[in-house]
Amino acid sequence: MPQDLTGDVTERQLLQSIVEVARHIYAAAASSVFMVNADIGELIFAAVSGSGEKSLVGTRFPADTGIAGWVVQSCQPVIADDVAETDQFARDAARSTGFVPRTIMAAPLIADGECIGVLEVLDRYSQAPAPGRELHDMELLGLLATQAALGLTLLRERERAERHLDRMDSLVARWSGRMPTGSVDPLAVTLLAASVDVLERQWRMP
Amino acid sequence: MDVTMPPWRQGRRSHFPGLPAWSMPAVAARSELFGISAFPHIDPDWAWAGADGDGVRIGLVDSGVDGTHELVAPIAHSWQVSEDDSGQPRVEECDPVDSAGHGTACAGIIRDLAPRAEVSSIRVLTDGKFGSGAALIAGLEHAIDYGFDVINLSLSTTRPQFRLHLSHLADRAYFRRCVLVVSAHNLPVESYPWTFSSVISVASHDEADAMTYHYNPSPPVDFHARGARVPVPRPGGGLVRSTGNSFAAPHITGICALILSKHPWLTPFQLKSVLYHCAANVRR
Repeated sequence: MPQDLTGDVTERQLLQSIVEVARHIYAAAASSVFMVNADIGELIFAAVSGSGEKSLVGTRFPADTGIAGWVVQSCQPVIADDVAETDQFARDAARSTGFVPRTIMAAPLIADGECIGVLEVLDRYSQAPAPGRELHDMELLGLLATQAALGLTLLRERERAERHLDRMDSLVARWSGRMPTGSVDPLAVTLLAASVDVLERQWRMP
Repeated sequence: MDVTMPPWRQGRRSHFPGLPAWSMPAVAARSELFGISAFPHIDPDWAWAGADGDGVRIGLVDSGVDGTHELVAPIAHSWQVSEDDSGQPRVEECDPVDSAGHGTACAGIIRDLAPRAEVSSIRVLTDGKFGSGAALIAGLEHAIDYGFDVINLSLSTTRPQFRLHLSHLADRAYFRRCVLVVSAHNLPVESYPWTFSSVISVASHDEADAMTYHYNPSPPVDFHARGARVPVPRPGGGLVRSTGNSFAAPHITGICALILSKHPWLTPFQLKSVLYHCAANVRR
């Protein structure tokens, strides 16, 4: 199990499930997923299934290098086959999985029109090569990545709603805590009445 | 004439249920029948027989190009989009290097088809900090100002606020006779400029011949070109086989370079018409 504890457990479970499914669908040697941190321009290695160094989960890479960098910028899936050990693509993949692949397939996870992550499948059909299926393989990975992104989006919306609720609960509790201490500042009462008025007006409006 | 609804009137198919039908998945071209009214005498022989791209200047807006690769060199000019002190994108000259390996692959495809075309690189790949849409527009605007005959673009943006600026750029390019060849998006994302009528948009087929391409009668993608198992140069030397719509567009760019080297005064609408006439499924 990954030792990185920086992410929410539920999101980590979803990400792990994503790479497990991708690896099994393609009978691949490994599958990994990177999440984009747009604020600092980095990709964060988030989960791996198959031949991979789980201790590397949580490491970071620049978001403009290698196949993953291209996928982030273009929001397009891509396949590179016959990758050699000296290849930049292979080195990039090796940094996250610990082994050098011969084929790399990568697709973007897209939410709100932005790339929020990259899903990679390494050495697909590792037991029985299947040339001639590239366009189909890529389309299927695109479907998987789309579904994964929808799942992540739902999770994040739920987390945002929970944080918002927590903040509101906290505000209400602090306000209520002032009530028994005698007279309350009339301005505070006026502001509270105004905010209640605004909320009720919003509910009444079509 | 067939009275059933023609492909250009059928509306865009939804490839991903529940999501916008803007995508053009990279699948083999469907063998739809459609009516054709052809000009006489326009065929591959007229269009590009004996041509090698000489005299045609191509701008590659991408991740940069490895100028040392033997299958790609020489690169005539090389620029990159960086960020100035106020956080705005700025175009500056740079060494021909490729951070992602993609631009080198595209340059190799173009060079293979049109060996004597002049190829330049405009690197617009950013680390995401100051916005890839802004960088794309800055790089594309520079390429259009510079006046390349053909500009290859495998990138797009989804931001509505960039759409207007991009459509102005696409119109400007069209009127200046800078032909924009853009790879289509194959995921359910509405993005630009590949969806504009003023560009030549390209998706993939999986046939092996580099010079074979098909006209697509269902908008918005114009043509399907080779995009599967394409042998391409990679940074540092050697070849790798790659698959994706972004490798189909350079095939059309290379073919445009061949046509323009033989018929340099073609307008963009004439050039698209020549491409149409020489498409494998139109010539049948």
